[in-house]
Amino acid sequence: MSKNQLSGSQILLKALSDQGVDVVFGYPGGAVLPIYDELFKQNKIRHILVRQEGGAVHAAEGYARSTGKVGVVLVTSGPGATNAVTGLLDAMMDSVPLVCICGQVPTHLIGNDAFQEADTTGITRPCTKHNYLAKDVDQLARQIHEAFHVAKSGRPGPVVIDLPKDVMMAQADYLPPAKVKHKSYNPPVKGDLGKIREAVKIMAAAKKPLIYAGGGVINSGTAASQLLTQLVQTTDFPCTLTLMGLGALPASDKHFLGMVGMHGTYESNMAMHDCDVMVCIGARFDDRVTGRIDAFAPNSTKIHIDIDPSSINKNVRVDLGIVGDVGHVLEDMIKLWKSGQNRADEKAMKSWWKTIDKWRERKSLSYDREASIIKPQYAIERLYELTKKRDEVYITTEVGQHQMWAAQHFHFDRPSRWMTSGGLGTMGYGLPSAMGVQIAHPKALVVDIAGEASILMNIQEMSTLVQYNLPVKVFILNNQYMGMVRQWQELLHGGRYSESYMEALPDFVKLAEAFGGVGLRATKKEHLDDVINEMVACDRPVIVDIAVDPKENCYPMIPSGAAHNEMIFGPGDDADTSVSDEGMVLV
Amino acid sequence: MTPIAEIENAHTMSVLVDNEPGVLARVIGLFSGRGYNIESLTVAEVNMEDNLSRITIVTSGTPMVIEQIKAQLERLVPVHGVNDLTVEGPHVERELALVKVRGSGEKRVESLRIADIFRARTVDSTNDSFVFEIVGDTGKLDAFIELMVPLGLIDVSRTGVAAIARGTTVLDHD
Repeated sequence: MSKNQLSGSQILLKALSDQGVDVVFGYPGGAVLPIYDELFKQNKIRHILVRQEGGAVHAAEGYARSTGKVGVVLVTSGPGATNAVTGLLDAMMDSVPLVCICGQVPTHLIGNDAFQEADTTGITRPCTKHNYLAKDVDQLARQIHEAFHVAKSGRPGPVVIDLPKDVMMAQADYLPPAKVKHKSYNPPVKGDLGKIREAVKIMAAAKKPLIYAGGGVINSGTAASQLLTQLVQTTDFPCTLTLMGLGALPASDKHFLGMVGMHGTYESNMAMHDCDVMVCIGARFDDRVTGRIDAFAPNSTKIHIDIDPSSINKNVRVDLGIVGDVGHVLEDMIKLWKSGQNRADEKAMKSWWKTIDKWRERKSLSYDREASIIKPQYAIERLYELTKKRDEVYITTEVGQHQMWAAQHFHFDRPSRWMTSGGLGTMGYGLPSAMGVQIAHPKALVVDIAGEASILMNIQEMSTLVQYNLPVKVFILNNQYMGMVRQWQELLHGGRYSESYMEALPDFVKLAEAFGGVGLRATKKEHLDDVINEMVACDRPVIVDIAVDPKENCYPMIPSGAAHNEMIFGPGDDADTSVSDEGMVLV
Repeated sequence: MTPIAEIENAHTMSVLVDNEPGVLARVIGLFSGRGYNIESLTVAEVNMEDNLSRITIVTSGTPMVIEQIKAQLERLVPVHGVNDLTVEGPHVERELALVKVRGSGEKRVESLRIADIFRARTVDSTNDSFVFEIVGDTGKLDAFIELMVPLGLIDVSRTGVAAIARGTTVLDHD
């Protein structure tokens, strides 16, 4: 044994530090005690003690998505690891780079049903990008460095390292990151130039083009968002964004049509349906976006740019697939567009924009502004208006109606300011995620736009906020229902509100106070602005309970199983809202 | 007539992987998790030096599903390369089966005669049973087994398909 050898735990911390990790979200337990002992002895890496492991993973997601760095989680074996599973799958679906270190029982006990043992690599295999069971301390440093490489390269995702306790205590030489070669995983970043040239040719010939961009643009880095904006402005093409892509193009840009999909704007969805050339950039034709597949943009030539080859032709057959990092591809695309002096057919574009402006006149996001009760849309609109001048505002959400209203009525001019659980739709995501964002951006205003149902799923993290004095604002649109469930029950199940009423809700003001935070409440429209201002001014964690119209539903909407041109608009709209039998089985 | 896009065809895929614990579970989990078919699957180490195994999978699906399967396999971290042999060109497929037949008299003689025609070898024999070893492509094995049914077939064990490209072509290493 050479003198320079380190224990597995020391190797782990050194590797994390060499990977640029400055914060870890975690929760201790028997199988990770040696790591926590090493954490205690050092000052480089900060540990944030959450209140449940699920909170740690979402916090790491918020941290990762607001910084572009890899989020790191540390949990114990068994229940520690299983509590992390939802967050891991959430990160998988939304392509968030995470490394999650799980303690494991010592190698000689694996398979013995030991105390707090779980087959973590087995359980997490389908909900991670990759996972490791680190049985050999000599391989540990290499595996950790590789885990970071896998998590952040290609299409990002979560990676689990399952680390048995005896390996934490065994000794080995440390291997710095520069010495690690990745044998099999080296995804390409540059797109095929011939194909990009072909794409430019198709785009130049378009009469009714549409750019449909998603979270891949944001994942590719700030530069990619700027390039997207440049492409949109150079071509004068209209652009719609997915839920995950909001902020990739400034919401204030005149080419922006709003969000696309089930609760997207009328103009976005109509443009999607009627376009003749669709350029999909870093999005994945998710079922929330496409609606009925056989009626999806039926007359369009589709170009798809994605870093993940398996995303191309998965749900929708495209005419031209370009595999590569969207940032690189956009750069080449803009170059080729400009050097070829391409210009879309002016007359056709004029008429296309005219059609779009007609659709815009439909004002699909309108709601009853005059109502005396607080409409949830109004609350978000006020939150936006009263905070838009601030430099750094980050919004996270839970899942449901409030999430869609936030996406519709809060406007993002910059990428990575919007954190929401898109793919998995995890209720309880917003509060811990906001916690991670606030850790990364201590001076920023971080607001979790929440519903009263979702917030209860990870409310324990209020305690973490108080411990670390993280002034996260929880903005609850309290309608006393699982609103989206109720909305679907109205649409599909004859208004039978089976288990969707939130009975016995806590007093959120007292709850905030019990945790050591600040509780505020708004029940009247005229008090709303004051409450929001008071919330923003407060330098402590705040829960704001806003009594909104309990009956309001989220519109416009493409009912499940319908096409983009079959949207419904809510009260006052006499369109047929009946849902087909095929639509009934969809979620 | 069924449109081409909806016709399901069998494809033989050759997947070169790191020989490490869990790699087979990853591949199989991908197939079950995404609802793909596995008609046959073989796996064994093929390169001791680089610690590589080859998994040969016979699967079926529409062209879009087959394209998906290949792309999904390729993004697994321990996968070095995926070849769709059915698409990529001429290749050889072989499978081995052990076929147990119980019988006496005329049937016993007939089973031996057919085994001879199929170039199956007799690898075990008792007074009232044979075990035949037969090598060939899947179709040949199917035909042989079908012929053995009326002659007293009682047990079959098959290896699944192993496949390799014809000529000097070497399958992807990276």
